Amino acid sequence: MTTAIYAGKPVEVTDEGFLENPSQWDEQMAREIARAEGIEELTDRHWVVIRFMRSQYEEKGAGPSVRVLGKTSGVSVKELYQLFPKGPAKTAAKIAGIPKPIGCI
Amino acid sequence: MTKRVVIVGGGTGGTIVANRLRRAEPPDELEIVVVDQDDHHVYQPGLLFVPFGLAKLDEITRPRGHQLHRGITYRLGKVDRVDVEAEQVLLEDGSSLGYDVLVIASGAVLAPEETEGLTGPGWGEKVFTFYEPGGATALHEALERFRGGSIVVNVIDMPIKCPVAPLEFCFLADSYFHDRGMRPDVKLTYVTPLDGAFTKPVASSRLADLLAAKGVELVTEFNTAEVDGHGGRLIGYDGREVPFDLAVVVPLHNGAPFVGRSPGLGDELGFIDVDEHTLQSRAHPNVFALGDAAGVPVSKAGSVTHFQGETLVENVRQFLRGAPLDALYDGHANCFIETGFGKALLIDFNYDTEPLPGHYPSRVGLPLLKESRLNHLGKLMFQPLYWHGLLPGRDVPGIGADMPTHGKSTATVP
Ligand SMILES: Cc1cc2nc3c(=O)[nH]c(=O)nc-3n(C[C@H](O)[C@H](O)[C@H](O)COP(=O)(O)OP(=O)(O)OC[C@H]3O[C@@H](n4cnc5c(N)ncnc54)[C@H](O)[C@@H]3O)c2cc1C
Repeated sequence: MTTAIYAGKPVEVTDEGFLENPSQWDEQMAREIARAEGIEELTDRHWVVIRFMRSQYEEKGAGPSVRVLGKTSGVSVKELYQLFPKGPAKTAAKIAGIPKPIGCI
Repeated sequence: MTKRVVIVGGGTGGTIVANRLRRAEPPDELEIVVVDQDDHHVYQPGLLFVPFGLAKLDEITRPRGHQLHRGITYRLGKVDRVDVEAEQVLLEDGSSLGYDVLVIASGAVLAPEETEGLTGPGWGEKVFTFYEPGGATALHEALERFRGGSIVVNVIDMPIKCPVAPLEFCFLADSYFHDRGMRPDVKLTYVTPLDGAFTKPVASSRLADLLAAKGVELVTEFNTAEVDGHGGRLIGYDGREVPFDLAVVVPLHNGAPFVGRSPGLGDELGFIDVDEHTLQSRAHPNVFALGDAAGVPVSKAGSVTHFQGETLVENVRQFLRGAPLDALYDGHANCFIETGFGKALLIDFNYDTEPLPGHYPSRVGLPLLKESRLNHLGKLMFQPLYWHGLLPGRDVPGIGADMPTHGKSTATVP
């Protein structure tokens, strides 16, 4: 575990940079994490996905996979990869301040 | 009063549960009905061998009813949907079956049409899947005709049945082309969405080493956007391309379509949301699920289905008595991995422990995570064990629901 500074606040993050405590998250933090992930500007479409990730996490305790995102978030899988080229489920979860999605086994 | 358990699906899980339940509960107290849409029970692990001419479909297929004990009603029919409020299973022919307990063992279906281009030009000509009987046979013919070039094996995305099967396909292909004296003319590439050869770290690195040793190129974190059968290339969402002369694709998997038509039964992909330990539906206490149909964090495999079957039967019996469910499934899975040239390796793991080296089921047993001739025989021997040991619901010595820990070198885990 390490400490990172986002939006001027120190937060605990995992080795891979996921927030340890999702309740510490705020929108300014999201913009800074996004920049660190190579996404300069979060557009409205990014926010649709980020908000969806957070609501899913609050409801189910885990972020959805790309397939589930594509079926339920209103953003197609193709567009998800355009928005988050390095992997939508992982990158969007990181920006949304929720834990890394559990990969399928 | 006689109660009724309806089991949807007469494959691996449905058959095991029906037979175990029949043995445990007298027919005048419990009626057991198994519904399946067809009468061909396929030993699915055998599909891996069909493309290489090592097994034929008729050798791995049997009538479903014959696998069920006396005193079980077998109903041939397709389930259209389940009305969980009315506790009724509705069949396509318009009839319905009421239940006290519903067991969903309807497996997974392939959804090749969800990937752009996959079922377009080239499908069945140079793009194949061995995950269903027709495709496995067609691929056999294509491999026999193959005169050299590039073969890619691609998993579109998880979850899939038996995540090691596509790796085994690579190993067997290496062996097959070697035997035909044309291995140098064939380029084999394994293309996966995962960040390694497999999901579990220790096994993943061993399997990556094996791929390298057999000259199979590994392409990771490749998310297939499109299969261009005409042009012979896989196209990734990130713009990367992998060219092929022949593609062996494992399509996306979903739960059975009737689940999506049954409000409150499944998740977004049509898998049943059950407790990962008791296998009871979180939304409807008299609904249980196992095997490929269940949305639990474990591989979709026959061994998993078998181990879950033991737990599920205990819990259904407890439920019928109004007693608390105390049988807990621990995520136990094991599989033989065919590695070609008459060898195989074996892995064994559960929710908390990843595949470890050592021996199974105890110190004197089959070597784990290591290629051996003994393991290969294990896999070949498994078919008779499947029909005569697992499906009838016998307890197979040494192969129990809980993962064994003796015989494993736990110390080697990082
Ligand atoms: C190529 C391949 C290789 C494999 N290798 C291995 C291996 O080496 N080791 C291993 O452990 N596992 C392996 N597996 C996986 C294993 O076969 C499955 O995990 C196992 O059979 C799952 O059992 P199940 O009962 O959940 O589903 P199934 O056995 O598939 O049964 C589901 C049944 O439900 C029926 N059904 C579905 N919908 C309806 C409906 N609407 N109405 C009526 N009936 C319906 C179907 O007809 C089917 O008979 C392999 C699978 C494949 C495809």
